[in-house]
Amino acid sequence: MKKNLVVIGAGMASGRVLEHLFETDPEAYDVTLFNAEPRGNYNRIMLSPVLSGDKSYDDIVTHDDDWYAENNVTCRFGEHVVGIDRERKVVTGQNGDVAYDKLLIATGSAPFIIPVPGKDLHGVITYRDLDDTNAMIDAAAIPDQKAVVIGGGLLGLEAAAGLASRGMDVTVLHLMGHLMERQLDEAAGYLLRRALEDKGITVKCRASTSAILGNDKVEAVLLEDKEVIPADLVVMAVGIRPETRLATDAALEVERGITVNDAMQTSDPDILSVGECVEHNGQLCGLVAPLYDQAKIVAKTLLDEKAAYQPREVSTKLKVTGCDLFSAGDFAVGETREDIVFRDPARGVYRRLVIEDNKLVGAVFYGDTSDSNWFFGLIRDHEDISEMRDTLIFGPAFQGGTPLDPMAAVAALPDDAEICGCNGISKGTIVAAIQNGATDLAAVKAVTKASASCGTCTGLVEQVLGVTLGDDFIVPADKGICGCTDLSHEDVRRLIKSRELKSMPAVWQELGWKTPDGCHVCRPALNYYLLADWPLEYSDDPQSRFINERKHANIQKDGTFSVVPRMWGGITTPDELRAIADAADKFNVPTVKVTGGQRIDLLGVSGEDLPEIWADLNQAGLVSGHAYSKGLRTVKTCVGTDHCRFGTQDSTGLGVKLEKALWGSWTPHKVKLGVSGCPRNCAEATCKDLGVICVDSGYQVSVGGAAGMEVKETEALAQVPSEEEAIDLSIAFVQLYRENAKYLDRPYKWLAKVGLKWVIEQIVDDLENRKELVKRFEISQSVYRHDPWADHVKTEAESYKPIATLTLEAAE
Amino acid sequence: MSDWIDVGPLEAIKKRGARVIKTPFGCVALFRTGEDAVYALDNACPHKAGPLAEGIVHGKTVTCPLHNWVISLETGQAQGADAGNVATYPARIEAGRILLDGSFLEKRTAA
Ligand code: SRM
Ligand SMILES: Cc1cc2nc3c(=O)[nH]c(=O)nc-3n(C[C@H](O)[C@H](O)[C@H](O)COP(=O)(O)OP(=O)(O)OC[C@H]3O[C@@H](n4cnc5c(N)ncnc54)[C@H](O)[C@@H]3O)c2cc1C
Ligand code: SF4
Ligand code: FES
Repeated sequence: MKKNLVVIGAGMASGRVLEHLFETDPEAYDVTLFNAEPRGNYNRIMLSPVLSGDKSYDDIVTHDDDWYAENNVTCRFGEHVVGIDRERKVVTGQNGDVAYDKLLIATGSAPFIIPVPGKDLHGVITYRDLDDTNAMIDAAAIPDQKAVVIGGGLLGLEAAAGLASRGMDVTVLHLMGHLMERQLDEAAGYLLRRALEDKGITVKCRASTSAILGNDKVEAVLLEDKEVIPADLVVMAVGIRPETRLATDAALEVERGITVNDAMQTSDPDILSVGECVEHNGQLCGLVAPLYDQAKIVAKTLLDEKAAYQPREVSTKLKVTGCDLFSAGDFAVGETREDIVFRDPARGVYRRLVIEDNKLVGAVFYGDTSDSNWFFGLIRDHEDISEMRDTLIFGPAFQGGTPLDPMAAVAALPDDAEICGCNGISKGTIVAAIQNGATDLAAVKAVTKASASCGTCTGLVEQVLGVTLGDDFIVPADKGICGCTDLSHEDVRRLIKSRELKSMPAVWQELGWKTPDGCHVCRPALNYYLLADWPLEYSDDPQSRFINERKHANIQKDGTFSVVPRMWGGITTPDELRAIADAADKFNVPTVKVTGGQRIDLLGVSGEDLPEIWADLNQAGLVSGHAYSKGLRTVKTCVGTDHCRFGTQDSTGLGVKLEKALWGSWTPHKVKLGVSGCPRNCAEATCKDLGVICVDSGYQVSVGGAAGMEVKETEALAQVPSEEEAIDLSIAFVQLYRENAKYLDRPYKWLAKVGLKWVIEQIVDDLENRKELVKRFEISQSVYRHDPWADHVKTEAESYKPIATLTLEAAE
Repeated sequence: MSDWIDVGPLEAIKKRGARVIKTPFGCVALFRTGEDAVYALDNACPHKAGPLAEGIVHGKTVTCPLHNWVISLETGQAQGADAGNVATYPARIEAGRILLDGSFLEKRTAA
């Protein structure tokens, strides 16, 4: 007699099980198949091509009515199973009971819904089945509709691309710092983001949804930072949860998924489970390759054959046209792992291989995935790659041959090969220029314009020089910022602006960084350039800052810190002094010193105490003095007209105004100001980065002084009649310096390079430009003019403490 | 024999960041790289005992905040021309938690 097999769920996993079962022994079972969806098995992963319009539902059906009829499957589609009675071996569907000898649970998973207000509004959907897909297609059919997709993983991005291709205005919100962070590293995540933005999709990372707004239907999404994004459709694609409810109710063993053994049996040997709803050896799966392996084992177990499921490596590709990415294996760095990175900025190609014990264990590719199968094979088969290590990254075509010499490659280029893409200059043109006497880079640049725009072809032009001139040309020595790049600070600054690079991974990728994530020399510089050029778009990266700027205090030689609150223009009050004294007492500060910058320094505070001492100082209205920053330090003042018998203007008041305008801003190096009330110059204004000397007829503003490693007197910039103009001119000077100087050049060094004359043209003669600079400074200050401690005390305090305190017992 | 101590979730440390673990025998610095690997080293630079946990993390190295020695997180060796060595301790990530080899504490007592 045939036995009864009941299957719950007609999805991709159970579909495979039935195929194997009927192929091997069609007579073994009478099958009843329940499916909550009102249809049979279709290729769920092809819903994205259906959404984008490349395929129709009919194209993706895997089992049609005829197939079920041929195999005598009793179909109960559109019917939920509501219970399992293991004692009586009966399954209860919405329309009645069915008895089983063997039961297969293949309920897949359910999309995760973030529990925010408004989640149940009309117009909020998930992306899992055909109905969801059709809802999206219908929404996109109405003109001028806006969609917000929550979740920048595989599903979310496929939904976003599909909706965008149907003409919707799409915004993707992603909680993490880069897209698809589980499959991609930052560099590949950046390239993907750029490609999606090219398709007109807006991508917001680190975006946390706090509510979905609307009355009876969705109208907008509210983010935690209070931004409101209008939406007619919201797609939640934030993850999936194994559908285990039936198993839990039936008291089967369930962890995150339904627990199965190697034979795919649950804790009840007559009940098997397969697909996304199962957990095997602590692992869940969310891609079809492992499910298909499981399906084979289920069929064998049902036919009493011995078989054991073994998890396998999985790889991911994204089904969005124009976004070629591939990720496989494990690409986290480990103690014994090494990276090989290859970047081709011109083609937007990024490849990273992770190697351990001479074997490839992980790979992330973007842009060119043509060899991904070959690499995946190496990972899956644990092949020894030591023989081909040097050329591995170039793929199978390069194995066995001799490695390419870059000079030979340039020599082999035909004359019409394009070298400078910006100006359309071919190799032949450059060679001709060289033969006519342009024998160095500057000359070639002047004659042909090659490398004169974005500059990325500079290396190539130099190689053409080398090939053409032979030994007469010495390829210039390393002038790069550091070992991570051959580009100079100036090159990088220019490229960040001209190519609109707005994130650290963007710079690393587009400018061909040689290391995965820079070093202590280039990262602080890049962080500065990015925040100075893109104040609103770039978010500051504390991990790329020197400790003083990360913890907002000066590190001392014994690892403690010093705390210097601001005293605006050197003015303080008895209350402030009392608060400082109280803090010094409470935190046992060993040294209290008056600094050379007219304020008080509390030296020797432990790192752990910083948030607390600052909470107290903030309470009294004191803010960080940035005594540690490449930013505004102090504005030194004298007593001026308020008290002094020689004072001509309110130097103290102007100093306070300048400090209040400039504080918090980041600059290439530190910036100090001084304002003196008369030419006696008690505030030493003429050895500051910017000094103001008050005179009867106005304000003499001078710049480029220093009194540190070099002592320099300031040079006159201009004399202006009003305080207001003195302030504007000072701000414009600081902004011009911020936008143009090399990181770690004090203003006097930068002035020596650009010349005071140029600066005068920019901000004294050109009033329009002065205004624009002030405006840009204000935009930047809208982000940065605030006390860091207000945030740190609230949100970062934990990070100043040890992560754990271990006692001896803990180890035993 | 190792016995692993759970010291906290991976997110407690920023990418390219570090936190310290206090022990009866001085602090251990626990690093997280840009690629989410974790490493534990004595929190004292071989040069002049600078607090390595306050350094800039790049690749699989950290730059000491006091005088810019670069220390390998894998081996504890100073890189480049500098010579010196910091003790390292086994650490790993499991299910989003950072685990530290507990037997290291005993080694520190012995040292
Ligand atoms: C606290 C203070 C000394 C004092 O007790 O008075 C001080 C302390 C330090 N100075 Fe200074 N400077 C201090 C006023 C000065 C002055 C005088 C002034 O500002 O009027 C100068 C000369 C003026 C100038 O800058 O041109 C000065 C020129 C330097 C230099 C040389 C800069 C240069 O471009 O040549 C450095 C090194 C650097 O910045 O690279 C430096 C660096 C330092 C550092 C931050 C060294 C470091 O990186 O750790 C010191 C921190 C000590 C600590 O552990 O807290 N300090 N330093 C003064 C803080 C003023 C404030 O309230 O913020
Ligand atoms: C849009 C999209 C794109 C994807 N792209 C890819 C890709 O490119 N590559 C890849 O490998 N994977 C991809 N996936 C994932 C892949 O589709 C799943 O891993 C796979 O479908 C899981 O198969 P399953 O049989 O476990 O579950 P499912 O296919 O979800 O089937 C489960 C079925 O059980 C039914 N069910 C649930 N509970 C009950 C109940 N109580 N009673 C009756 N029926 C019930 C459900 O209605 C459902 O039809 C994608 C998924 C989606 C949604
Ligand atoms: S600046 Fe002039 S007026 Fe002011 S204190 Fe000095 S000498 Fe007196
Ligand atoms: S103490 Fe680390 S470099 Fe000097």
